[in-house]
Amino acid sequence: MTTAVFYKQELVADLRRILPADAVLCDAEDTRPYECDGLSAYRELPLVVCLPQTIEQVQAVLHLCYNMQVPVVARGAGTGLSGGALPLKNGVLLSLAKFMRILEIDTANRVARVQPGVRNLAISQAAAPYGLYYAPDPSSQIACTIGGNVAENSGGVHCLKYGLTVHNVLGLKVLTMDGELLEIGGATLDSPGYDLLALMTGSEGLLGVIVEVTVKLLPKPERAQVILASFDDVVKAGAAVGDIISAGIIPGGLEMMDNPAIRAAEAFVHAGYPVDAAAILLCELDGTNEEVSEQILRVRELLQAAGATQVRTASDDVERLKFWAGRKAAFPAVGRLSPDYYCMDGTIPRKRLPEVLKRIAELSVEYQLPVANVFHAGDGNLHPLILYDANNPGELERTEEFGGKILELCIAVGGTITGEHGVGVEKIGQMCVQFAPQELAQFHAVKHAFDPQGLLNPGKAVPTLHRCAEFGAMHVHKGTLPFPDLERF
Amino acid sequence: MSTGVDMGAVLQAKVLDAVTQRTPLRIVGRNTKAFYGRAPSDAPGVASPTTCMAAQVSPEAGCWKRPALTDTFVADEDLSIARHYGVVSYEPTELVITARAGSSLADIEALLAAHGQMLPFEPPYFGVHGEDTLGGMIACGLSGPRRPYAGSVRDMVLGMKVLTGKGEILQFGGQVMKNVAGFDVSRLMVGALGTLGILLEMSLKVLPRATSDATRVFSCNVGDAISRMNAWAGQPFPLSAAMFYDGQLYVRLSGGSASVSEACRKLGGESHADSDGLWASVRNHKHVFFHDDTPLWRVCVPQAAPPVNIPGAWLLDWGGAQRWLKTSTTDDVVREQTMAAKGHAMLFRGGNRQGQVFHPLSPALVTLHRRLKAEFDPHGILNRGRMYADA
Repeated sequence: MTTAVFYKQELVADLRRILPADAVLCDAEDTRPYECDGLSAYRELPLVVCLPQTIEQVQAVLHLCYNMQVPVVARGAGTGLSGGALPLKNGVLLSLAKFMRILEIDTANRVARVQPGVRNLAISQAAAPYGLYYAPDPSSQIACTIGGNVAENSGGVHCLKYGLTVHNVLGLKVLTMDGELLEIGGATLDSPGYDLLALMTGSEGLLGVIVEVTVKLLPKPERAQVILASFDDVVKAGAAVGDIISAGIIPGGLEMMDNPAIRAAEAFVHAGYPVDAAAILLCELDGTNEEVSEQILRVRELLQAAGATQVRTASDDVERLKFWAGRKAAFPAVGRLSPDYYCMDGTIPRKRLPEVLKRIAELSVEYQLPVANVFHAGDGNLHPLILYDANNPGELERTEEFGGKILELCIAVGGTITGEHGVGVEKIGQMCVQFAPQELAQFHAVKHAFDPQGLLNPGKAVPTLHRCAEFGAMHVHKGTLPFPDLERF
Repeated sequence: MSTGVDMGAVLQAKVLDAVTQRTPLRIVGRNTKAFYGRAPSDAPGVASPTTCMAAQVSPEAGCWKRPALTDTFVADEDLSIARHYGVVSYEPTELVITARAGSSLADIEALLAAHGQMLPFEPPYFGVHGEDTLGGMIACGLSGPRRPYAGSVRDMVLGMKVLTGKGEILQFGGQVMKNVAGFDVSRLMVGALGTLGILLEMSLKVLPRATSDATRVFSCNVGDAISRMNAWAGQPFPLSAAMFYDGQLYVRLSGGSASVSEACRKLGGESHADSDGLWASVRNHKHVFFHDDTPLWRVCVPQAAPPVNIPGAWLLDWGGAQRWLKTSTTDDVVREQTMAAKGHAMLFRGGNRQGQVFHPLSPALVTLHRRLKAEFDPHGILNRGRMYADA
């Protein structure tokens, strides 16, 4: 019997003492569904999958793994797009899927206390009878869980006005790797001490395991109305976005799609998009009845002045939802055009959009891979979708290289490699470009404060300096790497 | 647009020197919040009151006048960031401003106002002449009346340049609205009172100013006030502030004029003649409630929590989420009652500044705070004891 096999058997036996038999999966046929998240290009079978359903069980699993020095990867619905929940072959995959209960909807304080495996949309559905909702709405909201949203600091199409997950979470219960339960925040608007709530949000499962979340609920706007504007030039569409913001209007949603994305979405859901337009803008205005009436007129004028070839206001809620359906289905729509697609997630200062789109088009020719662009125009978050076929030898590698170039372009214009999808395993190389060695070392130091052994989701989100040196992006001074003694995980 | 003076390298040299000498540093902007946080007995003395003028901004000329600083402004052991000031970039259409920590908050707000924009969280001013700095605002993490409806100072932070206790200048976050690369170290700095790093530069999200404001006044008791503020906040009214004091509930509405008038009609109440003056007085603690030497507590409870049973005088802001309490009762009573209401309390001004000023943390969190502090400031030289006795 090899050491590895013995190790696995011992681990499984110990886990079965903590968890019910059906909550410990170790055969390949059972663990296969967990081999990847939404970034399916990366796959790995975990050593064991655990499906605890109480905080005490999670605590016991962590405690065991801590003592046995087994790495742990937490997972919600597995919809993440950066490989954050990619299992480790020598590690435990900790699924929080059984934590599905909404514990409390507190209408007076407008907060909901939920378990981490509750789906994003389920919170809004539970709050709907009280005229309330949970604002962040990632495209995957029917499936993605709130625990994963917190881990990734997920966004959505309404971020500019209503913020990201970090702006809408008030409290967390978190287990650290040694099984200690931390209560951070609660139902108050802020909490004493350092802002650990902000630090935990978007930490990609590297600092702790989220076992409970308290979110803020907002009143549903009295009215929402959407305008669809067509442009014969993406530059004009980009300028129109700046014009709307300059006029002092913060739309609830402000989205842009380029021609390939428009065509794909129209063919898929028949949203009524103009397939010959170079770009469309979807601008949703929400608020009080009077506010929306005032702003709709103003935005129409601004769009026309910006050179829109057509400006349509959705006549009713049915048409409004149809306009949105095209945008929300943009990813799967593009997916129909090609065997595979690769979704990027850079954010750029909005004014740099024309040059970024131009450069992406040039790279598309250079790499011979088509691209469709979907853009959260209001907040500068760009999702270029690269179309490829993984069955063609070398095409995945070419796609990844092309994607990497796009991310480096985003950094070069003053933006970031990820606006809402997270770094995960996917963009870990580009972290070496965005951050200096000392900054990466500080991230490792933060990780060290929470998880000194480096057992939680190792190898994700923050690259080791060693890895950066291999990636070729590290600034090597006088032939030696800075911090040669830095702990690497 | 870039103005002012970058003293980053000078400050860095001073920190490296302090590391070598193991000299504890007390980080000072314009010293307007010296009353805030702990005043540990072993820390350097409080700097003498300032007589200097706020920096003046002139957007037309695109330059900042150098602030006049007197030599007596800071004691030797203080690390002054006041000379590290100026706007690094401001792009109204991008809704982002980046400025150095020593910049005058009033000047930043004036610059934004000139472009029809604002810091939506209405940061308070405590300087006699309003000489508060941007860095002090972030380090203390304080927000004003609009906070529950538009977000806090921490919510608007997009990125930061920080000088750690190791003497390293590091940059986190950025100048874009959405950025999830790396841990959110920028927001970790907000409210950390300089114990994790010296804030050098910050990028903040800004928002358009509302075109119209109105305040409605209602006579009622505190219980009714809490119910009403929260019932209204659960409906789509354009609320931008709500507070209760001395039998009167004050509610501010902001937005387009038609929207504000319609909301006023629906809510009823009396019109308040000086809406701007009222909210500025609450924001900056110039309201008559604050004219007093009794220890002032900041009691935070869930917004709709019933009145907390502690003897003293109360002013409820933030729709009930932030309650100001003047009381001479013991710390234990304040904390016990607040915790029973699922809240936390800090001694904001006056009282025993050597004691537990901020709300005590659980043992697990204390350990984590110590570890984090050690990772940013391994030599323990930054604002030692300002937040908690041992951090």
